[in-house]
Amino acid sequence: MRHWKVVAAGEGGQGVQSMAESLALAGYREGWKALYMPNFGIEQRGGVSLAYVQLSRAEIGSPKFLTANLVIVFSRRSLERCRQYIGSRTAILYDSSSLEMPAVADQVIGLQSYETSAPEAYPLRTGFKPAGEKVEIPLDKRLVAVPAAELARQRLHPRVFNMIILGATAALMDTVDLGGLKETLEERFSRYFKRDPQLREQNFKGLELGFKLAAREKNQRIPLQEALTD
Amino acid sequence: MEFRDEERVFITGNEVVARAAQAAGAGYLFGYPITPQNEIMHHWRHIASQAGRGFLQTEDELSAGFATLGAVLTGKIAFSATAGPGTILFQEPLSMAEAMRLPLVIIVQQRGGPSTATVIYSQQEVTLTCFGGNGEGLRIVYSTSSHQELYDYTIKAFRNAWKYRFPAIVLGDGYQAKMREELILYDPSSRAGSRIPNEPIIGGEQVVHMQNAFSVEEELGEKLLIDLEDYNRAIPVLVEHEFLGGAGGRLLVVAHGIVGRAARQAVKELQARGDRVNFFRPITLRPFPEEHLVKACQQSGNAVLVAESAEGQLGRLVRLALADQVLTSFRSYYRPGLGITSEEILEEARL
Amino acid sequence: MSELSMPRCYNRESKPHRFCPGCGHGLVLKALGMAIDELDISSRMVFACDIGCSLLAWNFFSVDSLQTHHGRTLPVVVGIKRARPELVTVAYMGDGGGYAIGLQHLVSTALRNDPVTVIVVNNTTYAMTGGQMAPTTLEGQHTKTSPGGRDIEETGAPFKGPESLIGVAPPESYLARGTVANVIRLKKMIRKGLERQLRGDFAFIEALSTCPTNWRTDAAGTWGFLEHEMGAYYQVGEMAAGREPITP
Repeated sequence: MRHWKVVAAGEGGQGVQSMAESLALAGYREGWKALYMPNFGIEQRGGVSLAYVQLSRAEIGSPKFLTANLVIVFSRRSLERCRQYIGSRTAILYDSSSLEMPAVADQVIGLQSYETSAPEAYPLRTGFKPAGEKVEIPLDKRLVAVPAAELARQRLHPRVFNMIILGATAALMDTVDLGGLKETLEERFSRYFKRDPQLREQNFKGLELGFKLAAREKNQRIPLQEALTD
Repeated sequence: MEFRDEERVFITGNEVVARAAQAAGAGYLFGYPITPQNEIMHHWRHIASQAGRGFLQTEDELSAGFATLGAVLTGKIAFSATAGPGTILFQEPLSMAEAMRLPLVIIVQQRGGPSTATVIYSQQEVTLTCFGGNGEGLRIVYSTSSHQELYDYTIKAFRNAWKYRFPAIVLGDGYQAKMREELILYDPSSRAGSRIPNEPIIGGEQVVHMQNAFSVEEELGEKLLIDLEDYNRAIPVLVEHEFLGGAGGRLLVVAHGIVGRAARQAVKELQARGDRVNFFRPITLRPFPEEHLVKACQQSGNAVLVAESAEGQLGRLVRLALADQVLTSFRSYYRPGLGITSEEILEEARL
Repeated sequence: MSELSMPRCYNRESKPHRFCPGCGHGLVLKALGMAIDELDISSRMVFACDIGCSLLAWNFFSVDSLQTHHGRTLPVVVGIKRARPELVTVAYMGDGGGYAIGLQHLVSTALRNDPVTVIVVNNTTYAMTGGQMAPTTLEGQHTKTSPGGRDIEETGAPFKGPESLIGVAPPESYLARGTVANVIRLKKMIRKGLERQLRGDFAFIEALSTCPTNWRTDAAGTWGFLEHEMGAYYQVGEMAAGREPITP
């Protein structure tokens, strides 16, 4: 894929921004054109936290986009906030330990929530429809489940939950390898890692775990590969 | 200089602004918190603590603006940053800067309006930055579309504010403020024409008396005549734009700032498909590159599409510039307070 | 030099000044001029005046001077002082600029102990705009916007500037109220205020002044109002920041 458009969404405090920022920085370090933008509202804490990441070989246009190639869902409530970015071929990575297996129904992943839709849905609501959509890949074929929260809690530390997601994302995107991710974390968090070397080890283990799980899923499923290489 | 001659970085727009001000040799920031520009203050506070530069968090935007004017009067390169309701309050110091020809530099990271609205994003502060205040809008307004431009034009804003003695505004937005992308930082003093002529206005050898109020209208009239002449003389040098395309086009897509970036991408894609769509992006919104727009319009079959995250604030500038042109069509894609993606513009502009 | 002659720092070209006959501004500015002369600081003075009658002082002295906006003189002066601490700055304003539209600047500047000298001329009215009620208008005083006399039930009590800053300004700062009825004492206060700035601290002097044009008083009525009505409500003296007045 020449131009990755990724949306990540979760609860404030789940580490969505940190994960997305690391993803963009890792891409930038590997020579991609990279753009990261957080979604932010009035509240400092709480609410759904959304991040946009684009990695491209060519110049990047607007910081937001209508349809993502990959949507990453950290929590139940954040689903609704992401739904307008899900197109007919968008891959969806979700944390299966905090989300039930989504029911498959039309464009929605089946779960309803009370969050309002993002302003970018406006053109859609007013009847705008991008032309030239490719053939839809059935939703269940594009879902990738990683029980990140549970794995983090059981095997590592609850806080490296987002690193498992980051590792899984990297495996799906195939833009940055594990080594590049580790170097990125080293660059961003060197201060904390120096203070607590165990933190480094746990973060790296989280990355590896997520990477391995998602790589396996991807290798086993042809439609998923198709969605991810558009 | 604190950094190497050139340094490739991946940082937020607010940090870009602080680094640009540092590189330009700014000595003081007077600021008041308002989202989404706060990190300009945070980064500057950090820079100021390391390099003996000054920072004051004032009691409001009025104070921030007028204290900046005070520092500027002494020959200090000083600036402030604001957004939304803060930009409204900044009209007062901007107005004094326009009247007394003081090089006030402000970074505006547009947020949604009117009123408090959103802290996120818009392009609704165009009219306010270009023409706010009880005067003639003798200001320089740069609208940036990338982090590299945010850096370049922040430096340029200082230089031209001091050179031409008009207030200068760098018009960014919440997206540009918060997003990260790559750019090259450089030391402007190593480049030609980089000197900022920041001579003290007060506190020098000669006693000066600076007037802001006039008793008779003729006195004001004479003064304004000089200001307007100075401004009009500077217009050809100040105006900047970007044009993509050529003669024989069927449509001209006009957008500024971050939407300009979305529009450029859409036009490039259409051009790659063989569609003769042209692209025009005013970089200076004030003064507006009117003659260049007219030419671009003529090269595009006199058909225009304006896209902006406001209800026609750029549209009005475009209409005015094209007042003497017989247009075959004028279409708009106005989304006040909402982001605009490349896909939407592509959809609007394609046949 | 005789204190009755013209201070050296005066701009002789702008004399005679343009204030109304009987206006107190000339006396406050004379006190300031004498203090500048005594301290021999005119070469590093910056005199900034507000909008209102105070704007007429823009070329009063042969020192760097500027007019600003109504209520915004103080932040300008703060900016000047922070950028060039060796300059000596005076922010000269009326009671409207100081106590109404610009009060937030006065409070914050005092709170930060910015080393600037503030002079607020209290003539109990907005004079240049035609005699409206000011924060300092006395109870029962007739103005264009309090034609029946100021009703403090409706508009609050007259504002006491220096007293209001007692709990705000730090002990090192200087707070005082003088009067044009005693120019020599007023000059001493302003001199102290400038010295306090030279020492690195904030100084604030309110000067009780006269406005026969808007008060519609003759000479005797003008001085009577200044000395008796205003004098009774506004106590002249120095106030120690953080404490009660000590020399009423």
